Amino acid sequence: MTIPRMRFTFWKAVFAVIMVAGVYCTFIRFFRGLGASTNLSDQFPWGLWIGFDVMCGVMLAAGGFTLTAAVEIFNIKRFHSIVRPTILTAFLGYLLVCAALMYDLGLPWNIWHPLIMRNPHSVMFEVAYCVMLYTTVLALEFSPIVLEHFHLHRALKIVRSVMVVFVILGVLLSTLHQSSLGTLYLIMPNKLHPFWYSPLLPVFFFLSAISVGLAMTIFESSMSSKYFGREIELPILRDLGRVLVVVLALYGILKFEDLYHRHVLGLVFVSGYEQRFFLLEIFLSVLIPLGMLLVPKIRENAQGLYLAAVLCLLGFVTNRLNVAITGVESAMGGRYTPKWTEVVITAMFVALGFAIFGFAAKYLPIFPEEKAHAPAMRKPETVMSDFAVPVHAGD
Amino acid sequence: MSKGILYDATKCIGCKQCEQACATENGLPYDDKIAAQEVTSAHKYTAVLTKDDKFMRKLCMNCGDPACASVCPVGAMKKTALGPVTYDKSKCMGCRYCMAACPFSVPKYEWEKAIPGVRKCIMCSTRVAEGKQTACAEICPTGATKFGDRDALLDEAKKRIHDNPDTYLHHIFGENEVGGTSVMLLSSIGFNNFGFRNDLTDRALPMYTYQVLSRIPDFIPLFGTMLGGIYWITHRRQDVAEAEAQEREEREFKGGAR
Ligand code: SF4
Ligand code: SF4
Ligand code: SF4
Repeated sequence: MTIPRMRFTFWKAVFAVIMVAGVYCTFIRFFRGLGASTNLSDQFPWGLWIGFDVMCGVMLAAGGFTLTAAVEIFNIKRFHSIVRPTILTAFLGYLLVCAALMYDLGLPWNIWHPLIMRNPHSVMFEVAYCVMLYTTVLALEFSPIVLEHFHLHRALKIVRSVMVVFVILGVLLSTLHQSSLGTLYLIMPNKLHPFWYSPLLPVFFFLSAISVGLAMTIFESSMSSKYFGREIELPILRDLGRVLVVVLALYGILKFEDLYHRHVLGLVFVSGYEQRFFLLEIFLSVLIPLGMLLVPKIRENAQGLYLAAVLCLLGFVTNRLNVAITGVESAMGGRYTPKWTEVVITAMFVALGFAIFGFAAKYLPIFPEEKAHAPAMRKPETVMSDFAVPVHAGD
Repeated sequence: MSKGILYDATKCIGCKQCEQACATENGLPYDDKIAAQEVTSAHKYTAVLTKDDKFMRKLCMNCGDPACASVCPVGAMKKTALGPVTYDKSKCMGCRYCMAACPFSVPKYEWEKAIPGVRKCIMCSTRVAEGKQTACAEICPTGATKFGDRDALLDEAKKRIHDNPDTYLHHIFGENEVGGTSVMLLSSIGFNNFGFRNDLTDRALPMYTYQVLSRIPDFIPLFGTMLGGIYWITHRRQDVAEAEAQEREEREFKGGAR
């Protein structure tokens, strides 16, 4: 048991270093301004914080709505045991996105302005509203976990009875803003490179959000089985892998058709700056994971699934960064690389995400311990009884 | 009547008095060093660009249907009926979507400030509202920058090209670009020499997002009903299964009793 222990302290040390650096960078950001803390410029008004913290943050939190839709709406019961961790990730993800946005906005204390100053023609306005409402919905979807923990049965009953409405609302809001993050770029037909600028941007953003939701769930389950000593739900993950194959295939075909009809398919074979990033994105996000998951041996195997999921995540992160940064660099006549302070702040949010997830997983009933309990028949009492927290994770 | 500015590069002598007047009007610093900067920035709303012996002015085009105003979530950027596209810092939250969306990369940011705002030419909105010309047009000694009704200016621009077809490039920049702009430019050499894109669409940019956004109100009830319907169907099956199981049990029970 000495090896996991050492590992645990090592990560704690890394976490501490990142947090200290993060606090220092926070100071620079808020007292000396965006100019001192970022490499943003009039050429590149959006950088890493929008490209990663916001665009990827929202995307990586897509597991919440994907899995709730599968379980609660499509009634696919076998995914039930993994819904909770995805809701936790989503809730956390959105809180972190909101926090990160406070760093990026020039006048963050005006963040509430869209509430009263409305411009319904603005995609940003729509995204702001959806994210705000969806974070509230996620808080409600997350609330049973906390209520269970504190034995508040009556409140639990009330929340459960209206949950369907929130679930539907959550899926609706997610569909809207996940795709709208792509719509944001529709107004830049002359700025965004043709690899990425497409009238179908919203559809691509939506499909990739679903892919990432599935990949993230596989990633999360594998990670928590590693660090919390839980048994891996391999059959469930295999099923998720199959769904991922289908969604990735759809995405890949649509991408091909889109490039073909916009006459940019030829560009894929012409060496260039954008082409390299585009190929990287396509191979990581679609081609390699799809190829891997189509091989039964890999798809049936925990490690294979995990690897495919991680590649897929990296690929779609590349995609968002390509849309936000690579794709506009040529039009703006320059290159953007984030400043170290930007990287530290981003690392801080990622680290916080992992840490809070770990913390919540330890102290809240996120993982139902026994699969024997049929979810539909759960009474609050039985839910309490399977609240067996893996407290020994760190020992 | 919507106002506009017509800048005719063939009449410009590059004296940069418009830059000076703009700085004074907007309370911006101005000296020889700033005059030498041939770019617009947070402290320079207009710049006279030089290419050999030719000039070109760069300022906000004050688009007819501006991308910046369409994308601003809080309506800090606004197209006024008179023509100017204005900015209200007290509303702005600093998302910088206006900067990302502007096809001419006009809005600039006060990156160095802890409480920053967006800066750009606002076509002297206060002066125009008072019935005056813009500061840059008023000071121009040769009439290269001319203020007036946009329609009248457009006719005049067409006439100038028609009367001197050899002097001018047959292109009024801003007549149709991104749906037409309040500021229009005439030149004898290609606008791309001064960093203007020549692949700009003639469609108003906000239409690109609006054609998606405008579908959302229709989409919500449809998609909501679909989700609710799927829920109803999938869970109905469950009810039926449970009821059937119960029936079967009862039947078996009866059968066993017989
Ligand atoms: S040129 Fe740019 S900043 Fe000026 S009105 Fe048009 S979109 Fe707005
Ligand atoms: S930076 Fe300010 S003016 Fe520009 S879009 Fe955002 S809120 Fe509007
Ligand atoms: S219209 Fe006014 S703000 Fe714009 S460049 Fe001329 S003087 Fe400056």
